[in-house]
Amino acid sequence: MFRNQYDNDASTWSPQGRIFQVEYASEAVKQGSAVVGLRSKDHVVLVAVKRSPNELASYQKKIVRIDDHMGIAMAGLTSDARVLSNYLRTEAMRSKMVYGRPLPVGRAVNMIGDRAQINTLEYGRRPYGVGLLVIGYDDAGPHLLEFNPSGIVSEYYAYSIGARSQSARTNLERNFEQFQDLSLQELVTQGLRALRDTLQQGKQLDTMNTSIGFVGKDTKFTMLDGEATQQYLDLIDEGARHAGGRCDGD
Amino acid sequence: MDAIKIQLPHTVQPRAENANDGAVSRTMQPIVTGTSVVAFKYKDGIMMAADTLASYGSLARFRSEKRLMAVGDNTLVGVSGDLSDFQYMQHVLEDLETRELCMDDDQTLGTKSVYKYISNIMYNRRTKVDPLWNSYVVAGLDHDEKFLGFVDLYGTRYQSPTIATGFGAHLAQPILRKRVEGREDEIEEEEALAILDDCMRVLFYRDARSFNKLRRAKVTAQGVEISEPYSLETNWDFAESIVGYGG
Amino acid sequence: MDFAQFQQAPVSVPTEHHSHGNRWDPYVDNGGTSLAIAGEDFVVVASDTRQSNGYSINSRYSPKAFELSNGSVLATTGYHADALKLVEHIEQRAQLYFHKHDRAMNVSAMAQMLSGILYSKRFFPYYVFPILSGLDAKGKGAVYTYDPVGNMERVNYQAYGSASALVQPFLDSQVGFKNQRNADPSRLLERPQAVKLAIDAFTGATERDIHTGDWLDLFIIDQDGIHQTKRELKHD
Repeated sequence: MFRNQYDNDASTWSPQGRIFQVEYASEAVKQGSAVVGLRSKDHVVLVAVKRSPNELASYQKKIVRIDDHMGIAMAGLTSDARVLSNYLRTEAMRSKMVYGRPLPVGRAVNMIGDRAQINTLEYGRRPYGVGLLVIGYDDAGPHLLEFNPSGIVSEYYAYSIGARSQSARTNLERNFEQFQDLSLQELVTQGLRALRDTLQQGKQLDTMNTSIGFVGKDTKFTMLDGEATQQYLDLIDEGARHAGGRCDGD
Repeated sequence: MDAIKIQLPHTVQPRAENANDGAVSRTMQPIVTGTSVVAFKYKDGIMMAADTLASYGSLARFRSEKRLMAVGDNTLVGVSGDLSDFQYMQHVLEDLETRELCMDDDQTLGTKSVYKYISNIMYNRRTKVDPLWNSYVVAGLDHDEKFLGFVDLYGTRYQSPTIATGFGAHLAQPILRKRVEGREDEIEEEEALAILDDCMRVLFYRDARSFNKLRRAKVTAQGVEISEPYSLETNWDFAESIVGYGG
Repeated sequence: MDFAQFQQAPVSVPTEHHSHGNRWDPYVDNGGTSLAIAGEDFVVVASDTRQSNGYSINSRYSPKAFELSNGSVLATTGYHADALKLVEHIEQRAQLYFHKHDRAMNVSAMAQMLSGILYSKRFFPYYVFPILSGLDAKGKGAVYTYDPVGNMERVNYQAYGSASALVQPFLDSQVGFKNQRNADPSRLLERPQAVKLAIDAFTGATERDIHTGDWLDLFIIDQDGIHQTKRELKHD
């Protein structure tokens, strides 16, 4: 029934030096629909595909505002993400209250990283079953960071997590060197192209299943859903003839 | 035989239980005090000055106390009022600086954050009706913008191109309003030093709790610079002509 | 009965401030004046920016009217440190509301909340006289006034602060059309008149009240949002 005898608890090592409970939690992340994050020198963008459990249900929220300068996108157990986002929102408020400044993005993600790490240390705890891409803008510019159940926090130029996210990463790896100088609109479009690569055969990005979030220099964190995403969806194919061609040509 | 009574600064005084009503009482007065701080904006940043005297009532008790302090690389803090309360605040601010440094992420606390932090401490203590008996002047360049703010034991805060605490609010502020207000982006360092010295001289002439050994400091794009103590040239010849009141 | 005893007894006059023995008084009055005038589809809010302490001017530009995240304006007078804390308190609650409901608070909700916040400190009040202004659900100008412990009333106009005894009667006459024959006291002003009256009120208040002056922060709230302008008042 069990894969092995070392996976009953997150605080138990396997002789090979692995913590299976954390690895299982990471599997939960891979089952969530994909999210993509990417950054230019002034902006940082999140795009995500929302899933709906069935025809009658609404689409699950993928992107959440933390503060005017920060937002997250989630893949995995959304209820775990809600706990983490509530914590981040509280800390962001506290930073404003105590220091009168927006919470530095790297510190924010390290704070939830520390919480995830505690779950791998103490008996009877369960690792968070969610991965996050956190975007934000602070004194050091735009940031894109990843949080995962192991408590490891990494910063990226561009990244994706969730189901079939390897396809998006392949796209991003091919193009990320051009992202630095892109406008916000072009950055969103590039993100959507990478996100499209994660879709199953026959599935399309549309106004129902697409979520966009961005923040940057002089731009407060903004979320776009529904009809508001149409203007960017229209650019995916149109731009491919120009911008996409240029990227591939390099 | 009379017992010798020693009065401790209010912050270390035991909270005496009043036998009559059982209410907690606290000594509510500053003990060892520093007088005015004078500060204003000029072309390159902010100038500030404070003398080095720590008075014990009317006694000139300690004559080389430092009332100007740097927090981080580009924030300058000046203080007047109870100096034991200031030393407590110094520890708090040093802790803050250390915590920020330990984050090790190339982000620094700006002047506005330091100001907000001090303001919170002052307001929270007044809300406990156990204030830190000080006025703080906080100056610096925050994102290349000149900043000069004030906060006192009530948590009252304001920003202004010219700020003077204590007696300075009555004696130096009128001089600053005349010579600085509206010109804070024009005044060269040389003129700023002259204005500062004039203010401190007037204060030394008139404020009986002041002292002719003072430090000045400036905060510019190059950071904070606090001078060694120096003295001003004064002229007391006019005293000869004063008749009455012991003249 | 010995009436002489009564005549010689010390007379205690109730004053606004009650001192509690030797206790340090944790309040200060930072002076200044604020007003708001509601129109059919707008509100005019005005506050001077002088902050004073007794006869001293602390700052010539220390705003006491604040634009809030939900598009309303909170004009304050009284103890400035409490006013700043109150605004922080409101904004934090407004943010929680926004996260919970995915929608900014409307003005009537915020008005009710503000009353609750003030009353929650009934026995150690925020020494602030707030005026909350915005547009109501029907797009009409709404002005809510409070005392420091949360009594709330929706009105068409209000003046608070160190010159309120000068400005409020002026508004009663010119905005409220009080004690005038053939005048409709419920008539609302047009925008240009309201703005003009607000400015005139402060020009006059600046002349007579030493705690009012320096600059005037003027807000006009309408369907398009908040338009803020800064005008000069006398600096003496």
